[in-house]
Amino acid sequence: MAAGELILAHVEERDLTRLDEYRAVGGYRSLARAREMSAPDVVKAITDATLRGRGGAGFPMGRKASLIDQKNPRKYVVVNADESEPGAFKDREIMGRNPHLLIEGCLMTAYAIEAQSVFIYIRGEYLTEYEVLARAVEDARAAGLFGDVDVVVHRGAGAYICGEESALLESLEGKRGQPRPRPPFPPVTGLYAAPTQINNVQTIATVPKILELGVEEFTKIGVPSSPGTAVFSLSGNVVRPGNYELPLGTPLRSLIYDVGGGVPEGRAIKGIIPGGSSVPILTPDQLDTPLDYDSIQAAGSFFGSAAVIVVDDRCCMVQLALRAAKFYMHESCGKCTPCREGTRWLVQLLTRIEDGSAVESDLALLESVCSRMLGRSLCALGDFAVYPVSSYLRKFRGEFQQHVDEGRCPYGDQSSIVGIEAPIDAHTHHPTVEIPG
Amino acid sequence: MTTFYDEVQELKARYPDWRSATLPALRLAQEKHGYLSPDALRECANALGTTPAFCESVATFYDMFHLQPVGRHMVEVCTNLPCALAGAQHVVDAFAEELGVRPGETTDDGEITFRTVECLGGCGRATVVAVDERYHEFVTPEKVSGIVGGVRGGG
Repeated sequence: MAAGELILAHVEERDLTRLDEYRAVGGYRSLARAREMSAPDVVKAITDATLRGRGGAGFPMGRKASLIDQKNPRKYVVVNADESEPGAFKDREIMGRNPHLLIEGCLMTAYAIEAQSVFIYIRGEYLTEYEVLARAVEDARAAGLFGDVDVVVHRGAGAYICGEESALLESLEGKRGQPRPRPPFPPVTGLYAAPTQINNVQTIATVPKILELGVEEFTKIGVPSSPGTAVFSLSGNVVRPGNYELPLGTPLRSLIYDVGGGVPEGRAIKGIIPGGSSVPILTPDQLDTPLDYDSIQAAGSFFGSAAVIVVDDRCCMVQLALRAAKFYMHESCGKCTPCREGTRWLVQLLTRIEDGSAVESDLALLESVCSRMLGRSLCALGDFAVYPVSSYLRKFRGEFQQHVDEGRCPYGDQSSIVGIEAPIDAHTHHPTVEIPG
Repeated sequence: MTTFYDEVQELKARYPDWRSATLPALRLAQEKHGYLSPDALRECANALGTTPAFCESVATFYDMFHLQPVGRHMVEVCTNLPCALAGAQHVVDAFAEELGVRPGETTDDGEITFRTVECLGGCGRATVVAVDERYHEFVTPEKVSGIVGGVRGGG
């Protein structure tokens, strides 16, 4: 086991999917400890540990818990295991290799907010992890660990938007996964309109570690504004891609070079997407940015889902922006006009720029579309579609301009992602409107 | 033998509201009928106690539900950014060559539907290919004919 691992500790040397193995490394002791405490004291421990959501927004879990109406007899815990952010694959590893840690966290969270019902919403594509998790749930139930709590593992059916918490709740209620207007937020009106604590897999899986180490020891890991560890999913043009659990605040350079072995064949880094495809790109001069919520935000991007994608100098940024834009167009649920129509405009404009048919005003039009989409939809998907496009355009303006000036892609067929295809939307939620001109 | 109807009743009992059983019921119906045909949607609606229109409205939202006939097997190649950077397009091209169909199409014998998909969550082991929902990772063009052989031979 690598030093300092909490979530992925012992997964290399033991089969922690087995209940006896998990117990042999101290598993379910934190649950027993929590049940000796009062429920508000468990919430207080989570709050004092400054456990911030590992799913994307970084909202403190304890503050969510404090918003829940404790007197309401009907309350739910929902685990967001719909990991679908391009670049992220940490929750899959946690569920596939350490499922009981997640279950223990679920039971502790249920105890803390005095809920009797837990739903784990796992993305439909994770069939193998679903099987592992479902078996672990049955083993834990059979061992009598659940008490008066029930845990249901619920499979999604393929929709990125269901990783957005209110869309997830809609989907869990058996509907199309379209986001809800907020407020009210889920701690007030969540699943079946009842108070709901909804958190990402890794957030919930960190809860047992807080009581295992004690708040004081836990907060010594990481940085004061973001204590603890995160499992970073490292991918793209890097020698050793994979999941690496590191203290928050670890420099980006250290993750890519010391842990990930740098870029293959000694090529140069062109950009680093630090939090999954939806966040603004960073450039090599920002490699010393510490990987924590506040530092990455100060650098102009977001911690997101701790999914670090490395892009080397062989990649055409217009092609990369276009591929990202096609993803968000495919995944826009269609509810809000700026996102539904805006994602189509982005794809059409980027297609023109890439194939050399764009005119000078198209770059300004692209910027204009981005600014008209930002902050204008019910959920963040409309913003997520903009961040890659607007940040690549801002940081690699010359490359976009060159496409327009030369009337062709300057990379020719030499870009590392030339010709990359995107899924065709077989469901045609809504027709595409062509941009005039 | 448990009928489809009975299985859906068991699913409904798991949730505080029957409606939450919609996705699992649609999945069962798809497994039984091969795809969500009008008959499958009707049977699903009947078991849930709702209308076929409601079932169809939900099914059309999700990529894993098929409203048109598909092959007996699915081969899905991720082409999102991390896989793209690892050369996913070469893997797509190799499957197209090996299967003789373009992404989105089904082989003439009706055996294999081939398509590209969005991120499957295997970015550290790119390129990722899902064959009947089981992941193959670190896929390169050289491995494609072996994977296709496994699909055809494995039944």
